[in-house]
Amino acid sequence: MNWEAEEIMTVAAARALAGRVACFVGIGLPSTAANLARRLHAPELVLIYESGAIGAKPSKLPLSIGDGELAETADAVVSVPEIFNYWLQPGRIDVGFLSAAQVDRFGNLNTTVIGDDYRRPSVRLPGAGGAPEIAASCREVILIVRQSRRSFVERLDFVTSVGHGSGPGDRARLGLRGKGPVMVITDLGVLEPDPQTCELTLTSVHPGVDPETARRQTGWPLAIAAQVAVTPQPTAQELELLRDLVKRSEV
Amino acid sequence: MAELVGLAEGIAALVHDGDTVSLEGFTHLIPVAAGHEIIRQRRRDLTLARMTPDIVYDQMIGAGCARRLIFAWGGNPGVGSLHRLRDAVENDWPAPLEIEEHSHAGMANRYTAGASGLPFAVLRGYTGTDLVRHTSSLATVTCPFTGEVLTAVPALNPDVAVIHAQRADRKGNVQLWGLAGVQKEAVLAAKRCLVTVEEIVEELDARPNAVVLPSWVITAVAVVPGGAKPSYAQGYYDRDNLYYRRWDAISRDRDTFTGWLADELGS
Repeated sequence: MNWEAEEIMTVAAARALAGRVACFVGIGLPSTAANLARRLHAPELVLIYESGAIGAKPSKLPLSIGDGELAETADAVVSVPEIFNYWLQPGRIDVGFLSAAQVDRFGNLNTTVIGDDYRRPSVRLPGAGGAPEIAASCREVILIVRQSRRSFVERLDFVTSVGHGSGPGDRARLGLRGKGPVMVITDLGVLEPDPQTCELTLTSVHPGVDPETARRQTGWPLAIAAQVAVTPQPTAQELELLRDLVKRSEV
Repeated sequence: MAELVGLAEGIAALVHDGDTVSLEGFTHLIPVAAGHEIIRQRRRDLTLARMTPDIVYDQMIGAGCARRLIFAWGGNPGVGSLHRLRDAVENDWPAPLEIEEHSHAGMANRYTAGASGLPFAVLRGYTGTDLVRHTSSLATVTCPFTGEVLTAVPALNPDVAVIHAQRADRKGNVQLWGLAGVQKEAVLAAKRCLVTVEEIVEELDARPNAVVLPSWVITAVAVVPGGAKPSYAQGYYDRDNLYYRRWDAISRDRDTFTGWLADELGS
């Protein structure tokens, strides 16, 4: 079957959730991937939405983080102070799944402003929401971001959520207890932090993507692994379930 | 004890120019009708607080009600930007808007401290982010038992909290269920509060996970069926996702927005 770059990105992200117990889900691409994973290989995956739905099992993709179906299908519904204080903060949640407008080479994220002046930005983005603490306290973080020079930048205009800070040891120094980003999934491939330097390194590309293309779409000199893997083609089942999910979610 | 009032009367009595006002609701049970009444009554210089300003705050900001916004995430969920909020921050239209920006965890803890009668709350959060440089209502505190350095956020005690709930009884005891957000904390943190409800019932029967706010912590209750639309009230009506998409087009342009304001709210 033919597929779009957006589709293989979502499929790759869904596959990355294999073996996880609980996932703190941001809205948009992360939510699509997490819901696809539940339909594929991870039917028991516990989806946690910051609106307070724990173990949500929506039949279609929620448009907002708090659509009614999330509460109706959840194992438990808790208040917002509780979801952050009792569930996220102590490190109970395996994996946080986030997106962002900008990401830098250490997986730090910006969802706040574009432009040099915080008080007078060229683009005012929605802001932090739950992201800073999801990035801090989930045991691991997976990022899903479309790759371009606009989004993969040398320097963030604003650090909203901390990935690996300015390099090795920074998370420990800052008292951030989770491991931070372990993987960035894009429409071109997958980047992982180098075990020594924490710098995001291209470790695989999607079929038909040249590593040089990924480098050209990155705003810093992208490190490329010695052996670059190729993402396995999306299966017919993966694509059918994804398309069905997207179709039934149309407003 | 809560007084049963009309919406216009309740807003006139409780919300004053210059107040700090929290219209809370985390996607569910957003007090939209109350926000519209604040616009109709032309309140000015409000400090609007909310974890997730969405389209009703976009409307209030565009209508010129707000001087300042305390928030964590200001967007049209699943759709994109709040264009009136952006226009105010980026271009001072219709008036400059000061912002005080937090994370969800920070805002939730600020209300919790407010409801608890404490001056501040403690959490693990914000460390390493640029919020620390730009938000003055953030500090660190050293744990007196372990020496660990943690983040402190000040209590948020609004002058008025406004929330929407499914129902109340004749005495003004309020019951809400489903995604309950931070409304209980906002009400208990505020000096005054107005609750709009879908209906008044004779008896509040038990509901799973229901939050009950007794009449004696509530200032006023107003019956406003459909008062959360286009958000939703679980058990009453669903979220109008199409309207959230339509708002993107209405709000993108100043003239379209002011036309909407005149047509819908006579403002």
